[in-house]
Amino acid sequence: MLGFVVQRAFQAFVVMVVMSMIVFVGVYAVGNPVDIVIPPDATQAMRAEAIHRLGLDLPLWQQYGVFVWRLLHGDFGRSFVYNMPVLDLIGGRLPATLELVLISILFATGVGVSLGVYAGVRPSGLVAKSIMGLSILGFSVPSFWVGLILILTFAVSLGWLPAGGRGETVEVFGVPWSFLTLDGLGHIVLPALNLALFKMAMMIRLARAGTREAMLSDTVKFARAAGISEGTILRRHVLKLISIPIITVFGLELGSTVAFAVVTETIFSWPGIGKLIIDSIGVLDRPVMVAYLVLTALLFVMINFTVDLVFAAIDPRVRSGKTRT
Amino acid sequence: MSAVLEVRGLRTEFLTAAGILRAVDDISFSLSAGEIIGLVGESGSGKSVTGFSLLGLIDPPGRIAGGSVRLNGAELVGMTPGELRRRRGREIAMIFQDPIATLNPLLTVGQQMAMALAAHERVSTKAAADRCTEALARVGIPSPRARLSAYPHEFSGGMRQRVAIAIALLHRPAVIVADEPTTALDVSIQAQIVAEMRSLAREFGVAMIWISHDLAVVSGLASRILVMYAGRIVEEGPAARVLRDPRHPYTCGLLDSLPAATAPGVPLRQIPGAMPSLLALPPGCAFQPRCACATPDCAVAPEMTVERDRSWRCFHPAGVASERVAS
Repeated sequence: MLGFVVQRAFQAFVVMVVMSMIVFVGVYAVGNPVDIVIPPDATQAMRAEAIHRLGLDLPLWQQYGVFVWRLLHGDFGRSFVYNMPVLDLIGGRLPATLELVLISILFATGVGVSLGVYAGVRPSGLVAKSIMGLSILGFSVPSFWVGLILILTFAVSLGWLPAGGRGETVEVFGVPWSFLTLDGLGHIVLPALNLALFKMAMMIRLARAGTREAMLSDTVKFARAAGISEGTILRRHVLKLISIPIITVFGLELGSTVAFAVVTETIFSWPGIGKLIIDSIGVLDRPVMVAYLVLTALLFVMINFTVDLVFAAIDPRVRSGKTRT
Repeated sequence: MSAVLEVRGLRTEFLTAAGILRAVDDISFSLSAGEIIGLVGESGSGKSVTGFSLLGLIDPPGRIAGGSVRLNGAELVGMTPGELRRRRGREIAMIFQDPIATLNPLLTVGQQMAMALAAHERVSTKAAADRCTEALARVGIPSPRARLSAYPHEFSGGMRQRVAIAIALLHRPAVIVADEPTTALDVSIQAQIVAEMRSLAREFGVAMIWISHDLAVVSGLASRILVMYAGRIVEEGPAARVLRDPRHPYTCGLLDSLPAATAPGVPLRQIPGAMPSLLALPPGCAFQPRCACATPDCAVAPEMTVERDRSWRCFHPAGVASERVAS
């Protein structure tokens, strides 16, 4: 087990090194940011001074070296646009995205898996068919449109929930959180629902397919022949058998949603990280882009690492490293 | 001896888009305590469906369309699902062909046995561990206490099947339906498992229905043999006599196709053709299109001919045909 962890940790490290290079070179190729940090009427001398101050006159490999050196000291550089440390900038936005994404994914998984398992157990019933219809709807309706409809229905027409913003927040460990206040929770409902819809549709289909397969397996037949009740079979056998694909997708979705929640954040003016990165790309705020992409890669690596550990905890065949059949 | 299991006119049907498929058609037999009967036939003859029907484990679109299954005097057909569940595993148990697929790879053997135990009894964790250890020891698994915390992939195929047998025996059921339990195993392991099952059946007085397509395995185990074809029983009788002196041409064909029945170097004999689709059975005798003895008489379905302790469903039975022509 320890060997497994060390091996995975090393792989994660390699991925991070390669990723930082790709990101740095990629962003370097996008364009010259110097024009946005100097006034349009700057003299040639001011321009040269700015280029030198930002380290843009160094060769690429040296710029990368400086970047890595600073990174190892916990310094992601300063934003060209906001003129403040990138880490503070991202740190101020990340909690908003994290709480939105976590709530929406947990909701999508909880509801989606329950509905999917139900549809898998009673596949021919009317309820199951409605659930599957719902999931197709969730797949095919564009997310921005659903967001607008949600605002129109619940905020404008009914006036039940606010249309945007984070609402009241509470500071815990110096970080503001919305979900701890009633007002903040009210603000989270609509964007979280909007974000959850597609994932819920996917979880429904995954859980249904897995349940259908598991219910027809010899394991379940044998359990039934032993007189084990349907409830116990579902809880102890089926849920465990379908957990592996669900955890995989949960991890992937968690990462990608944190990184790319931008549409929902824009519609609900949620002050999250997605909006920050889109703005930064627009003005070529290179340190923000690089830091954001590196942090996103780190997030994915960490999630995958955790998912692997969870697999090992669930499946003894992964743990022992050999699959004898 | 009184019958622990009494099956009369059992019919199981599946509703398909192409029509009603009668997988089990008018099956009757009875089983005494401790008796082992063999249920043989080709793939698709309805052996396994018969087994599942006995336990009430036919899922829609299938259903038991008629007949009676009496287990220890209680009628199982028409029983509520809850009552059936309480009898499954406790009074009638089943083991399957593939021990790799029957055990859950993600749970330890001990956890799975404890689940089967808890399905019918309230037992403390410690008592459950003792009972499961004892059950594993009974089927010949070495160091059973330690093996409780092992996962199925840490057992060999034969050992896994022993675990499945131990689970089936946990509640000392009156009847075990064994659905080809040795088909997926090595020949040497097969012999071990067969011997084990025979001694367990004798020791605990468990009656067994041994479903197999392998006459060689059944011949060493069963006291009586039922031969199934296209959902019906075509021949029934004491194992030794059915094997030595078969009546139905289908049984003759099965026996002829055993490798031991053919001299070395000579191509194996086989029954020509294939089992007809249950949706398009020929009129009359279902075996008639493949039968060498078929005559125009066979366009009418033959009834069971009973002669002392054996019976068959054929107008031209081997071994007696000539006598009948003479008389």
